[in-house]
Amino acid sequence: MAPIIGRVTIVAFVLVAIASAANGGDIPLDQRRSGYLDLGRDSKAMQDDDTINPATLWVQDGEALWNQKAGAANRACADCHQDATVSMKGVASRYPAFSVARNGPVNLEQRINLCRSEHQQAQPFAYESRELLALTAYVGRQSRGMAIAPPDDDRLAPFIEAGRKLFIRRIGQIDMSCAQCHDDNWGKKLAGSLIPQAQPTGYPIYRLEWQSLGSLQRRLRNCMSGLRAEAYEYGAPENVNLELFLMWRARGLQLETPAVRP
Amino acid sequence: MARPLINVPAKVKRGQVFEIKTLISHIMETGFRFTTTGDKIPRDIVTTFSCSYNGEEIFRADLYPAVSANPFFDFFTVATESGTLDFKWTGDNGFAETATAKIVVE
Amino acid sequence: MGKAKPGATRRAVMLGGLAGGLAATIRLEPAHATPERMRAAIRTVVGEASIRKGRVDLEVPPLVENGNTVSLAVSVDSPMTATDYVKAIHVFNEKNPQPNVISVHLGPRAGRAKFSTRFRLADSQIVTAIAEMSDGTFWSASADVIVTLAACVEGI
Repeated sequence: MAPIIGRVTIVAFVLVAIASAANGGDIPLDQRRSGYLDLGRDSKAMQDDDTINPATLWVQDGEALWNQKAGAANRACADCHQDATVSMKGVASRYPAFSVARNGPVNLEQRINLCRSEHQQAQPFAYESRELLALTAYVGRQSRGMAIAPPDDDRLAPFIEAGRKLFIRRIGQIDMSCAQCHDDNWGKKLAGSLIPQAQPTGYPIYRLEWQSLGSLQRRLRNCMSGLRAEAYEYGAPENVNLELFLMWRARGLQLETPAVRP
Repeated sequence: MARPLINVPAKVKRGQVFEIKTLISHIMETGFRFTTTGDKIPRDIVTTFSCSYNGEEIFRADLYPAVSANPFFDFFTVATESGTLDFKWTGDNGFAETATAKIVVE
Repeated sequence: MGKAKPGATRRAVMLGGLAGGLAATIRLEPAHATPERMRAAIRTVVGEASIRKGRVDLEVPPLVENGNTVSLAVSVDSPMTATDYVKAIHVFNEKNPQPNVISVHLGPRAGRAKFSTRFRLADSQIVTAIAEMSDGTFWSASADVIVTLAACVEGI
């Protein structure tokens, strides 16, 4: 396999060529599409069939954790939320949401950790830990098939705008923005790979590159590394604002959690 | 955590060939990767997977590092009588995992 | 021969810079599997027997989005009776660090000589499946797979 440095050099040359294109703007609502449609036949089959989707391993773990008593309060998620297939239906499709405790948006991972510390008196799970991914996958799975529906909440407006500004801001040694690839050049090829629109329709995803389940923030950090920029830390407000903006940008598209992506 | 995912049909007719799907969580570290400081990451893979039907082995695989992480197998066997399918995975560093599934043959 | 790794190129340039005569006698040993190593690995399994083409159907996507997880399905045309069945299916590759992928052992109780799994391909290359029959014959099929690499990866 080509070393990472060699690959980034190829990417850099190609990106410089794309960068000279004009900044076109938002994708028209009716042209938005999920990355699922660009998958090969076998990857689509992997996502569509729970019995062969590796993400199911995490969903199973999530179900076990949901029912497991935890923390000083010795309480399970199920003790307050009962049957997740009922109570969690529609939740992932409207996250990130506004948190009064944080006076700002929180994503699903942060919401789960807030529950752990406030209601279970338990230690929050680390980002990208097996437990947190499992719970996020299990909760997210309950919204599969539903339309992404960001909350109609005025308090979120300034944060969506902050996320949008991050999306169009050039970063890194490559000095490009998310929008230049994902708004202006989606559908074209970058070093042999198809550029998607970057609609987060299936997070947490089983990414073939990671050979593991991972969150949207992990993917955003990969993108920033790809641009030779310093990625924001997990849980940083910039990452949450970007997530919020991206989910708003994907409003109305169907949630596929947990999806498979290359 | 992460018990194996096994998929077999609930009921089969005697003599029918049926499909078995298995998926487990395992990193399948190849032993060919290096850290940023140049140290080799040691190999850590599942080396053997086997399935027995009422005690008789019906499928066995010898895995090499080229098998993907979270090893998946889809294979077939003939329904003889009702009973138990036993699955076993063994690998590096003493890795051992088992699972069972009941099969009803009518 | 395939693309040279950057390391090999630098090594070649350095060695070329040494006393010219010496450089000509130094042989650069490839660290990875090659078509020769794949053939040697196949011989280890098959011995001196001849390998016939046919009866084996090797299903791999012709173009793969990520070499980490490539779907593989191998099926063999066989009645799978007590006297005429597939004993084993062996899968090989030519450019990964090792030539073996997997060896699957079957028998009459399989009913159908078919299995699926997912495997890794380090580069675009040829994949070969060899079926070992109960009558001692060997049959094979090969497929050429193009592997694209993911853009935007994280530093290890």
